[in-house]
Amino acid sequence: MRKMIQFIGINSLRLSAIAVLFFLGFILWDIFSKGGSVLSVSFLSDYPRKGMTEGGIFPAIAGTVLVTMVTTLFAIPFGIAAAIYLSEYATDNWVNRLIRAAIRNLAGVPSIIYGLFGVAVFVEGLGLGASVLASGLTLGLLTLPYIITTTEEALKNVPHSWREGALALGATKWESIRTNVLPGAVPGIVTGAILGLSRAAGETAPILFTGVAFYLRYLPSGIHDEFMALPYHLYIMSTQHHAIEVVRPLAYGTALVLLSFVFILNILAFLIRYRYQNKSRI
Amino acid sequence: MQTRQLVDAGARWLFFVAAVLSVLILAGIFGMLLFNGSRAFPAISWVQFFFSSNWNPSAYGEPSYGILSMIVSTFLVTIGAMLIAVPLGVGTAAYLAEVASPRVRLFLKPTIELLAAIPSVAIGFIGIVVVGPFLAKVFGLNNGLTALNGAILLAIMSLPTIITVAEDAIYAVPTSFKEASYALGANKWITLIRVILPAAYSGIIAAVILGMGRAIGETMTVLMATGNATAMPRGFFDPVRTMTATIAIELGEVPYHTTHYYSLFAVGAVLFLISLIVNLIAEQIAARYRYKY
Repeated sequence: MRKMIQFIGINSLRLSAIAVLFFLGFILWDIFSKGGSVLSVSFLSDYPRKGMTEGGIFPAIAGTVLVTMVTTLFAIPFGIAAAIYLSEYATDNWVNRLIRAAIRNLAGVPSIIYGLFGVAVFVEGLGLGASVLASGLTLGLLTLPYIITTTEEALKNVPHSWREGALALGATKWESIRTNVLPGAVPGIVTGAILGLSRAAGETAPILFTGVAFYLRYLPSGIHDEFMALPYHLYIMSTQHHAIEVVRPLAYGTALVLLSFVFILNILAFLIRYRYQNKSRI
Repeated sequence: MQTRQLVDAGARWLFFVAAVLSVLILAGIFGMLLFNGSRAFPAISWVQFFFSSNWNPSAYGEPSYGILSMIVSTFLVTIGAMLIAVPLGVGTAAYLAEVASPRVRLFLKPTIELLAAIPSVAIGFIGIVVVGPFLAKVFGLNNGLTALNGAILLAIMSLPTIITVAEDAIYAVPTSFKEASYALGANKWITLIRVILPAAYSGIIAAVILGMGRAIGETMTVLMATGNATAMPRGFFDPVRTMTATIAIELGEVPYHTTHYYSLFAVGAVLFLISLIVNLIAEQIAARYRYKY
């Protein structure tokens, strides 16, 4: 009897894990099998045509890449600087506890709230208008807590002896960080940054009102222009288009490209972490 | 002072300022929401805002700004999502921590990370093209875009959070607990449900609350897959419109600096406070289990 209950119990745990795998497998299978049929070189390199019922998604890909670059330039330096402070300088006092609490809570702020903040502060307050810059900064804020957390983790994994070695040779604290701590943490920082950016690239809510456009005939010529983006393109192709059933294959194709984009970044991060883990076990 | 020491002191200050920036951003977000949100209130009464379920800001003559049905909708889809995600997530976490072989774990953990990496707009898309139509067929509905659809999708989205945090909590239970249980003749299953899960209780609760926080704040999935009807929902088979979806739909269309515009920031302030409270509760509970053993 006890064996019977144990058998049922353990297998129900196994079943729940299988169910989770099934969800992932199903989503991937559906998008990759149905999106695969529209995928071609011209789908990736063409502009949308005929009211977006034909053609490709090139401007959406370019827009996502561009806005992610702005996010990178903003979030990575600030994120790394804040993480260096928390990992190398911060003692356990109320200011630093407040900083840590703020970062943890920033990570839990809903993405649409970042969108509201972007509208009020970047688009309106600073007068950037709906633009690549306003969207990139908004996504940067969203990514910041993630970059800080992963970078701090990476810095903490650098052995203490590396710091002490530099200090013993007469280096200042900053010199020891620059020459010994940061280089040792690079793989971890890069992994975290890639994962943070892959999230930013897939976000829709923060860019809805800060610069993304339904359809543009030209690529943005600078960071003050509006842009098209992959996640937003998927959103309009599946809910806002006037002929939703007709463009469904194109929506699947867009979903496929978006997922591939995010997964490639994730696999890249995974490989860097994997390679580094095997190397640095001294 | 030497240049080197000046540089050293300068670097320290620079890093400190960057870290303080995160406090300023959080305070700035909250302050901005309160400031803009409060400007809607000469025109709207507080009672109407919180207790009326009639949201119709563009009505000619007498617009109404009640957010009660949005709050109810948000909690309806969130609770539905938790009913699905908690058993599956805790079950998977227990499987990973106590049953799975190292090889299975090595495969499952990155897979779950991959599930977390799927953009919410793609989950919403699946809700429109697969899950919604499937639900419509099974339950004989005219339209599958309902609270139930949103709950299923949000469950999928909050699973990675619940699994990861709950697994950590289960893993952190000292081996001696397990050994003591085995020594008393308990088998693996009894040990798991009578000893390990109770010991990991607070961590599991924290996992569930964090998953809830994720579901409450999710925008694109509910915007795309729940039908967006502003009426008070009567159950899981009704279309709903959450707080997040309302902001997403209307902010793009309203003229700046109108009562309607500011009222969306007020909705944002309510949403921000709810998710802040949820996160703080999760943090408190998680802190308790971290220092227990």
